[in-house]
Amino acid sequence: MSPSVCLQEMIRVIRGARTQGEERGVIQRECAAIRAQFRQADNGGRSHNLAKLLYVHMLGYPAHFGQMECVRLIASSKYSEKRIGYLGAMMLLDEKQDASLLITNSIKNDLSHSSQHVQSLALCTLACMGSAEMCRDLAPEIERLLKASNSYIKKKAALCAVHIVRKIPELGEMFTPSAHSLLSEKNHGVLHGAVILITELCERNPDNLKQFRKSVPELVQIMKNLVTSGYSPEHNVAGISDPFLQVRILRLLRILGRNNDAASDAMNDLLAQVATNTDSSKTAGSAVLYETVLTIMDIRSESGLRVLAVNILGRFLLNNDRNIRYISMTSLQKIVQTDHTAVQRHRGTIVDCLKDQDASVKRYAPSQRWHIDTILHVLVTAGGDVRDETVPNLIQLITAASELHCYTVHKLYRALISDIVQQSLVQVACWCIGEYGDLLLKGECEEITPMQVTEDDVLDALETVLQSHMSTPTSRGFALTAIMKLSTRITNNVDRIRSVVSIYGSCIDVELQQRAVEYNALFKKYDHMRAAVLERMPVIDRNSSGQTNGDPSVEPMKEFNQPKPVQGVLIQEPANQVCDLLDLLGDSNPPLLVTNDHTSTAPNSTNSTSSNVQDNLLDLLGGLEPTPAPSVTVFEKGGLSLKLQCDQQTETSTTVTFTASNSTQSDITGFNLQAAVPKSVQLQMKAPSGDLIPAQGCGTVTQTVLLSYTNKANLKMRVRLSYSSQGTACQDMVQIDSFPSPAWS
Amino acid sequence: MRFLLLFNRQGRLRLQKWFIPLSNREKNKIISEMTLTVLARPPKACSFLQWRDLKIVYRRYASLFFCCGLEDQDNELLTLELLQRYVELLDQYFGNVCELDIIFNFDKAYFILDEFIMGGEIQETSRLCLARHMEEADAFQETVDEYEKNPTY
Repeated sequence: MSPSVCLQEMIRVIRGARTQGEERGVIQRECAAIRAQFRQADNGGRSHNLAKLLYVHMLGYPAHFGQMECVRLIASSKYSEKRIGYLGAMMLLDEKQDASLLITNSIKNDLSHSSQHVQSLALCTLACMGSAEMCRDLAPEIERLLKASNSYIKKKAALCAVHIVRKIPELGEMFTPSAHSLLSEKNHGVLHGAVILITELCERNPDNLKQFRKSVPELVQIMKNLVTSGYSPEHNVAGISDPFLQVRILRLLRILGRNNDAASDAMNDLLAQVATNTDSSKTAGSAVLYETVLTIMDIRSESGLRVLAVNILGRFLLNNDRNIRYISMTSLQKIVQTDHTAVQRHRGTIVDCLKDQDASVKRYAPSQRWHIDTILHVLVTAGGDVRDETVPNLIQLITAASELHCYTVHKLYRALISDIVQQSLVQVACWCIGEYGDLLLKGECEEITPMQVTEDDVLDALETVLQSHMSTPTSRGFALTAIMKLSTRITNNVDRIRSVVSIYGSCIDVELQQRAVEYNALFKKYDHMRAAVLERMPVIDRNSSGQTNGDPSVEPMKEFNQPKPVQGVLIQEPANQVCDLLDLLGDSNPPLLVTNDHTSTAPNSTNSTSSNVQDNLLDLLGGLEPTPAPSVTVFEKGGLSLKLQCDQQTETSTTVTFTASNSTQSDITGFNLQAAVPKSVQLQMKAPSGDLIPAQGCGTVTQTVLLSYTNKANLKMRVRLSYSSQGTACQDMVQIDSFPSPAWS
Repeated sequence: MRFLLLFNRQGRLRLQKWFIPLSNREKNKIISEMTLTVLARPPKACSFLQWRDLKIVYRRYASLFFCCGLEDQDNELLTLELLQRYVELLDQYFGNVCELDIIFNFDKAYFILDEFIMGGEIQETSRLCLARHMEEADAFQETVDEYEKNPTY
């Protein structure tokens, strides 16, 4: 291959190489040729050779032997050689190389070259890789060029000055006067450079900040001209006139208005104008609006303007473009973190957006965990006034993210123990602890630092919510239900739960009282169903908007469909009747007064009227307690007895509950039931309440079985029991041919 | 802006511009990490991502990925517009630009970039001005070359 092959040809050959090895071979040959060429004296193909070397360098091969060639080419008088020489300098040299110092002189000369193109090369290279020394050397030249009459040079000199100020902030003073005068330029390129220079000066030196605050009116005027100007083909991007310049000006205004009332006032109108008039259908407009929002939130803007800014972010959340949605979410996160007060004042708007956009945010949030974290964060800082719908929405989101249950419950638990003021956070936390308490107690979770949580700790936390005067009735309801759910998820403190639940059976709050009474019943008469009732909930289906799910903690009530609602509904009626009674008695007494007397369960009460009401209430409640369904003992051996009870029977289905009890001196462990049914019957076994039957009848194990069939006559079941009693493993079989009918069929 | 990289789907680098001083090793490390990260992104993903302390903005144009590393105060949406502008400038210069143009004329691609961005900041916001400057520079180069080839003395 001829050593003077042109650049294009060499590229073609390299690209034609079929293997990495072949390519390496070609390149090695080429580099050798180039090196030889460099060593030769003056020859016409120098720029081509360097260009070839630069290509090879971009492919990742070493090219340091080209550095001196760059220096030589830069010093050449030919423009084409200078051009490639400077390009090479920018690619191969950086301020750490010694060779870079050698080009300082060339740059200095070229800065005063007669041709603006050569000057431009020098300026560009200095701004790209100028070291601190070079900058110090050449700063006066740059300052001179800032005053040049040529806008082409002025704009480049301005950016060069920016680089110098970044390298040596003290030199900033040199450029301050020129920077100021550049603001009156008409040329957008120069203006743009000037704004960047001023931004840099202000960021480095607070004195500059004071000085340039005086320029705020001027900047405002420039912005106004841009925003209101007509179509200009030169600068127009998607209907916005020079969005690049607009954004830089807004950024500068942000720095000038920060912590300064006067400056902020001066820009208020402009910001409002930009915020309302900018068309955000394309990225250009959105970019300008985004910068405007950042500026508004950072300066001392008036509240109307801040609302406007938050509204813009809210609109961004609705945008079809996912990049814009990403921007709005990161901005909202920042705002929540840094500007607490703004969030508090505009929480409604922000949370509305989060709430409405749950679906799209979820679809597009970087991860479910990020999504949950973000909403948690908002709840923690601004959750005091969050809409009610956010709580069920967040709960639904959490149930859907099943792999994050452990992480979520840990996070929420920690949030709960640190602060219980934010009610929505409290509610979500209580719900999660109730639902996933077992995961919390396990202690480890991958994504969060481990923390040992005992059952007592958890119950303490929930009881604190229950007892705190800061908790709303809804939150207390959540807490009570959560405590109840934990009764099947913990092992040691069930008695504590039992006592809490029974205490609240006489609570002032009617809602809590009702719950406590029902849960009490669940412990006493319906203990066999407790495990099934309090099972883990399935993923909640998303409701259509507008349909409020109501209090999600009510759902466990809906879970156990069969026997309870009958009782539940009937209990609610007396409450209504109480109200009616109260109306009859004259509604000057608000219901609250009457319920105060409910603290004493004894019928004896000083106030006769209210005691009548109270009596009535209790009587109604008393009358409603259903007689327990008859249970039949199907198996009895060596102290272990298995009872069967049918709780609901329709033509095609029965719910059967097995209760196992132990009258021996020692516990029965590993208790397990297996059931078989004829082919015409379908069987669904629910989770048992446990596998340990305490000795001497101190407790039972219950298990619910759902049977569905076409013909009741065919209903038979064979049950196998396996367990360990007094050290021996046992297995027994029992055939059940008839099922007792339930209480009220 | 800290850097601008152009690479194709196979991870071949077509252009690299650095606005901060870094050693070759550091540059190579960033290049390989950027390539891996961006190429691994699903097609419908957002154009922005967080990497170390930088905001990365990338966009795919035909077979090339344009990837920038931004500092915290830089406006990501505006950077998308910046990339769009650069591609438009290349298109105007080369006429229906494609990856091959940038491979075989990488020096011109750099010259255009150097007219558009300097020290990590935009230096010219007008398309027309920029196109004109490139024309003038090329014309200047040709005249000088011509002159050199045929000196009158």
